[in-house]
Amino acid sequence: MPASGSSTSRVPRVFALAGQVLPLLPLQPMLGACIHGIQRRHPQIFDRLGCHATKRYGLDPTDLPFAFLLEPRRVNPTVTAVRSLPRQLDIRITGTLAAFIGLVDGSCDGDALFFSRDIQVEGDMEAAVALRNAIDEAGIDLVAESVAWLGPLAAVAGPILQSVIGAPPGQHRSDPISETGSWN
Amino acid sequence: MELICPAGTPAALRAAVGAGADAVYCGFRDETNARNFPGLNFSHEELRSGIAHAHAHGVKVLVAINTFARAGALDLWRRAVDAAVGAGADALIVADVGVLDYAARRHPDQRLHVSVQAAAANPDAIDFYVKAFGVRRVVLPRVLSVAEIAAIVREVGCETEVFVFGGLCVMEEGRCSLSSYATGQSPNMNGVCSPASHVHYREQDGELISRLGAFTVNKFSAGEPAGYPTLCKGRFQTAHATGYLFEDPVSLDATAMLPALRKAGVTALKIEGRQRGRAYIERVVRNFRTRLAELDDGVPAPLDDLVALTEGQSTTAGAYRKSWR
Repeated sequence: MPASGSSTSRVPRVFALAGQVLPLLPLQPMLGACIHGIQRRHPQIFDRLGCHATKRYGLDPTDLPFAFLLEPRRVNPTVTAVRSLPRQLDIRITGTLAAFIGLVDGSCDGDALFFSRDIQVEGDMEAAVALRNAIDEAGIDLVAESVAWLGPLAAVAGPILQSVIGAPPGQHRSDPISETGSWN
Repeated sequence: MELICPAGTPAALRAAVGAGADAVYCGFRDETNARNFPGLNFSHEELRSGIAHAHAHGVKVLVAINTFARAGALDLWRRAVDAAVGAGADALIVADVGVLDYAARRHPDQRLHVSVQAAAANPDAIDFYVKAFGVRRVVLPRVLSVAEIAAIVREVGCETEVFVFGGLCVMEEGRCSLSSYATGQSPNMNGVCSPASHVHYREQDGELISRLGAFTVNKFSAGEPAGYPTLCKGRFQTAHATGYLFEDPVSLDATAMLPALRKAGVTALKIEGRQRGRAYIERVVRNFRTRLAELDDGVPAPLDDLVALTEGQSTTAGAYRKSWR
């Protein structure tokens, strides 16, 4: 029974290769601006996260040569690009960058991505569920947040970044599984 | 037939309203409702503004207060009833007879629905709720065939609502103790089945291993669609074979049964999934709104259009066809 993960769009290889050799440090100002923009525009996220705002979330895009460490503290939340995730994580979520973007902007359903194996989740499931629900409620346009610091250029940079990331995992199947072969 | 749609957050409520819901059901951010998940549900203020938004678009809001009140903690459920009524809820969805009694006495003009958690599956049980508490609607358990539903509709003195899409329970709704057995918490008492705090997933050699408390529930091979980590959908080894003893990890999709349900006289169709994201709600609600419109034109509904959103990436008509009897 194939899951739909095989059809998940991925970041083009040329960008993935560039990420292998370029330093990550220049990413930090953009990530900092992004997370603080989200903090300002979507403060309700922290209410929904509750005690899980102090957890350490490892976000591991399978089509990028680096990962992100998210610490969504109510005061001074951070997201850091890292070559490899630290061992001391509360939760680790793995999937394509497009799947992460789809989860954050609400165009993908987290449970459906899990059922189709487009994302994998390990660790503190309460923290994972709280984060999923908090960001689904907020409806964050992550691409727009990522380029907002560019000011007037954001209108040009946003579509370019979206085309690099690709479309979120498809939610249509062409080969539905009928109810056969079951014990029931 | 009315389309009753889930909402776990205000954003989901707005999505359901925009996608064509006739009514949205939701719950408070505590154990008074059967979807008490981290980061989910409504504060009292969110419910008030959500109801205002829904009413502005001609959509009703039903508030689920459908867990069973614990001795010594009744005030939590009573406060939830008072808050929902105060917020302008169009109906309360209740399972516990004590909570129903409180709501009926304290708020005699409030419309009451019997939750699926009450497992009222025959005319005598349903009429008890009608006579004792003046309930106006019963949400029927997912154990009945369409013929049985039609027979109930003919005999009872209230409206009926049936599930048409989403997660399936093991059909002991309101009575299941599997989650309690494994974790000490249940949907009936704590509002959460298989709480996330007791769930563990591990990837090993491409296989996904799911555990609930001390129990390994399932092992999915590489690429195999996964399901929720509930004991009822666990894959067990027996002397005969390894497989799903209670229930497969599949979702209900009664799209093909809509003509029969309408003919049976059902008042309302319910979509499960308050724990799901806006993407699920928007797409499922819009799909069923389209199906209902097509029903009036006599156009056959396509099957499995929503299967990518379903548990196990697979659907069933469940007890509506009841082929196992």
